[in-house]
Amino acid sequence: MSFMKWNGVSANKEWIGFANYVEVFSNPDIFGVFKHNFAYFVVGIIQNMLALFFAVILNTKLRGRNGFRLLLFLPYILNGVAVAYLFGYVYDTTNGSLNALLGSLGFEQLSQTSWLGNKDFVNYTLASVGLWRFMGFNMVIYLGALQSIPSDLYEAASIDGANAWQKFSKITLPNIYKIIELNLFLTVTGALEVFDLPFVLTKGGPAGASETFVMKIIETAFQFNNYGLASAMSVVLLLFVVIVLSIQRYLLSRGDD
Amino acid sequence: MGVIGKLQQGLKYIILCLAALVILFPPYIIVVNAFKTKEKFFEASTMSLPDSFFYFDNFVQAFKQASIPLAFGNTATIIIVTLFFNILLGSAFCYAISRFQFRLQGILVGLFMFATIIPQITTQVVNYKTIASLGLTNNLMGPVLLYIGADIIQIYIYLQFIKNIPYELDESAMIEGASLVRIFRSIIFPLLAPATYTIIILKTISIYNDFFVPYLYLPRAQHVVVSTSLMRLFGNNSGDWQLISAAILIIMIPTAVMYLFLQRYIFSGVTSGAVK
Repeated sequence: MSFMKWNGVSANKEWIGFANYVEVFSNPDIFGVFKHNFAYFVVGIIQNMLALFFAVILNTKLRGRNGFRLLLFLPYILNGVAVAYLFGYVYDTTNGSLNALLGSLGFEQLSQTSWLGNKDFVNYTLASVGLWRFMGFNMVIYLGALQSIPSDLYEAASIDGANAWQKFSKITLPNIYKIIELNLFLTVTGALEVFDLPFVLTKGGPAGASETFVMKIIETAFQFNNYGLASAMSVVLLLFVVIVLSIQRYLLSRGDD
Repeated sequence: MGVIGKLQQGLKYIILCLAALVILFPPYIIVVNAFKTKEKFFEASTMSLPDSFFYFDNFVQAFKQASIPLAFGNTATIIIVTLFFNILLGSAFCYAISRFQFRLQGILVGLFMFATIIPQITTQVVNYKTIASLGLTNNLMGPVLLYIGADIIQIYIYLQFIKNIPYELDESAMIEGASLVRIFRSIIFPLLAPATYTIIILKTISIYNDFFVPYLYLPRAQHVVVSTSLMRLFGNNSGDWQLISAAILIIMIPTAVMYLFLQRYIFSGVTSGAVK
């Protein structure tokens, strides 16, 4: 279908070869949107580091650690649309609670910020919602991996006089390599596929600054009825995921040796 | 524990409490504002407590305007029908894959892997056309058909469980003349119960929270589900934050409660699905 020109209704589908693909790569309105996805990628990396950090903390002897685990994972369970509006409220410029909080802490200047209305960082604002929502999920996965590392490895290291950082970098990290890889993969595909948050919160605004590639696909297919072009865009997205995945595999497996 | 150890421990608690504050800040705002009257909302700071936690007008309004009962009904229908077929097909599939030797075995599991790697969204255009040609858009059964497809996590959870059921059980049942269907129904399926619970819970949560599929396939008002009802409410009342807060709260509570009571299954599902 990606090689055709088709409006989704008429019976004749015209074969137009690679024209749709040329359109995807040459039209900055389409391809440039990937820039917006980059923000989600950056925040996704931070999210993974935080998740690993909290997983390590919660894996030590600590009173109430189950309670903290329960709390940090909570956002993942909540309804995505509800979460989106929740943050719509938090980030609201005039009534928003983030600005109210900043104001009461004495940051007068900052408290006038229009978090969702500034096209320079609207994507980072949105991505931070993703961080809030999915950090716990990554953390629970890391925690599961950490708990499967046999504890006598750490005991042996303590006897040999290793400090906490050495234990972390020489025992923990190598043992959870596969899981880091998996989490990063989820993060990258997640970053490329963001849809519901910007769709609900900003509708791609201001002036298309927070439009993501998937929103573009949906719009092309279901509003402009250009199914051929939308299919081509889907295939490009798929190729991107495969490429990123291969690069990541390559880099991480090289680090393994 | 020495002084340094105590300091470390204290530092950990401080960091964890900060994280907890960040997690709880947005829900706190929603909770306090859902109980505020309109006047109170405009005169007091958003972070202040309401006059009373027994002011339920916003909830009543939200119930009516977002057609919450209808939305919950539709969502429940979708979830129940999906789960019925999903569990039946998923467990039977895994039984067949793990107990019998046949040629396409590896390929079948590989296909599931492959389907997970492909971003779901990229197949949407084709999927939409397929569902439309079956006449299932604007029909609750359209999303059901999409959700029934088993995902890789479910397959893994079931496969692990079936491997732990000793084959001697099957054999002795066969010697006593039980058919394969009978073995599946009265031996395998009951023994899979813990796995089934986990899958039911995870699947329920993911369907309940899904926004994309109902938005695309069920645009009509009579098919409103939980996720889309909130969006509709917001469209008609944007800026009326106490009302929207109440609606958000109504929608978040079921999964939050489910989570608190069934956390064991949820955690085991998430980790076993991912770590394997």
